[in-house]
Amino acid sequence: MSMLTVSGVHTFYGRIEALRGVDVTVEEGEIVTLIGANGAGKSTLLMTICGNPRAAAGRIAFDGREITSLPTHNIVRRGIAQSPEGRRIFPFMTVLENLQMGASVVDPAHFQEDVDRVFTLYPILKERRHQRGGTLSGGEQQMLAIGRALMSRPRLLLLDEPSLGLAPLLVKQIFSVIADINKTQKMTVFLVEQNAYHALRLAHRGYVMANGQIVLSGTGQELLANPEIRAAYLEGGHG
Amino acid sequence: MAYFLQQLINGLTLGMIYGLIAIGYTMVYGIIGMINFAHGEIFMIGAFVSIIAFLLLGMLGIGWVPLAVLLVMIVTMLLTSVYGWALERVAYRPLRNSPRLAALITAIGMSIFLQNYVQLLQGARVKPLQPVISGGLRFMKQSDFVVSFSYLQIFIIILTLCLMVVFTLLINKTAFGRAQRACQQDLGMAALIGINVDRTISLTFVTGAALASVAGLMFLMNYGVIDFYIGFLAGIKAFTAAVLGGIGSLPGAMLGGLLIGLIEAFWSAYFTVEYKDVAAFSILVLVLIFRPTGLLGKPDIEKV
Repeated sequence: MSMLTVSGVHTFYGRIEALRGVDVTVEEGEIVTLIGANGAGKSTLLMTICGNPRAAAGRIAFDGREITSLPTHNIVRRGIAQSPEGRRIFPFMTVLENLQMGASVVDPAHFQEDVDRVFTLYPILKERRHQRGGTLSGGEQQMLAIGRALMSRPRLLLLDEPSLGLAPLLVKQIFSVIADINKTQKMTVFLVEQNAYHALRLAHRGYVMANGQIVLSGTGQELLANPEIRAAYLEGGHG
Repeated sequence: MAYFLQQLINGLTLGMIYGLIAIGYTMVYGIIGMINFAHGEIFMIGAFVSIIAFLLLGMLGIGWVPLAVLLVMIVTMLLTSVYGWALERVAYRPLRNSPRLAALITAIGMSIFLQNYVQLLQGARVKPLQPVISGGLRFMKQSDFVVSFSYLQIFIIILTLCLMVVFTLLINKTAFGRAQRACQQDLGMAALIGINVDRTISLTFVTGAALASVAGLMFLMNYGVIDFYIGFLAGIKAFTAAVLGGIGSLPGAMLGGLLIGLIEAFWSAYFTVEYKDVAAFSILVLVLIFRPTGLLGKPDIEKV
């Protein structure tokens, strides 16, 4: 049984059909990546999994139990955390408070242990812990967004373009942390990326999305070697 | 000097009442971005629940003032909160994702509805209450003018300050407070970290209504008469206070309330009583023109 099963999902923004029958599965322990051009519907899929917006048709199951019509906060309580598009950290809260918010659904007894783990992954956040979120740099905000998602002790981590707008060195660092979390904490990761090269190298499997539909899927290596993918997403350097 | 001091005392007392109501406006605006124009009516209902509770306690023979006031306060906070909760649940929640104008018109509609509801149930005549707390301190006698600081005014100021402290702790130290602030900053993200947004919004209305109900109790004790229409003017003045302090800012609401109270008291004392409302509302116009974010308001959160 797959950890996450998305089958035949359609999502609308007003009259615009952003997802047109999407099927995706994520197995426990995997890193699965979803690549595609801007506006293909990648972020919409992540948000639909979390119930906002709701799927107009189709079915989403987590651990074999349907979550399609659960309220967002209950989906999160089941063990899905998201670091969303645009990071969306709380700008008027300190770094520590942001992490505390991420732990809203967890027993406070775990707080110190979990904060220490995040600070080990991203030591810069420890230095900045009393600084307000809005004053952090883009890269630091990205780390905070991922850290905040980890604080809810999720079993499935949804990451929306963690490399967007970051310097190449930071991109490498973000991806190596994702690999590390997956290996050491056995966390399942569903990663949306435009940075196809890095994402496919990291992932066990990948999907390619275009115009609200999955058009290709395979292992990371297969997709990297696929000439169509190379032409569409990888030509012009390794991002 | 004595006259000035007297106005200062009067203005502070009035300002405390406005400030308590203003918090409800500013909290609701902060979390769902709407002006709850029916909040003045919640204050009015708080005053009515208080007067009924006083009369019932009188009939039961509970005459010891501190106990009576405490009981009335608990009763009015509880019952008025239910009104605040129901208002959001029935009138605003179904419109959460509608255009802002729909919510605004609904709020005005609920305001008219609640006024008429109380008028039907309680009658249109003013309701008097005998002074509950009388006497006071008198000092600084100057010819025939004496500054008086009544026990009632002392009570109002101290009680308001206590509520402020409790409320600030609630917002800064509790899980509800953190959830409330998270929702203010990003409602959608709050849901994504597992916060029950609907419940947080409900609790925001409940908290605002509880504070407004205490303001209603104070208004009743201070003026001794109430009618179904008191919520309109007090509500709009408290709204002005919230805008003056910076809508969405909690310290701003309190500061704005104090300033409006002081402006009104001094204007009445040194210029004309007839135009005291004009003074208060001129402030609203001036603030909106020259400093739309208010004294302590933050500019709209820039997306980072």
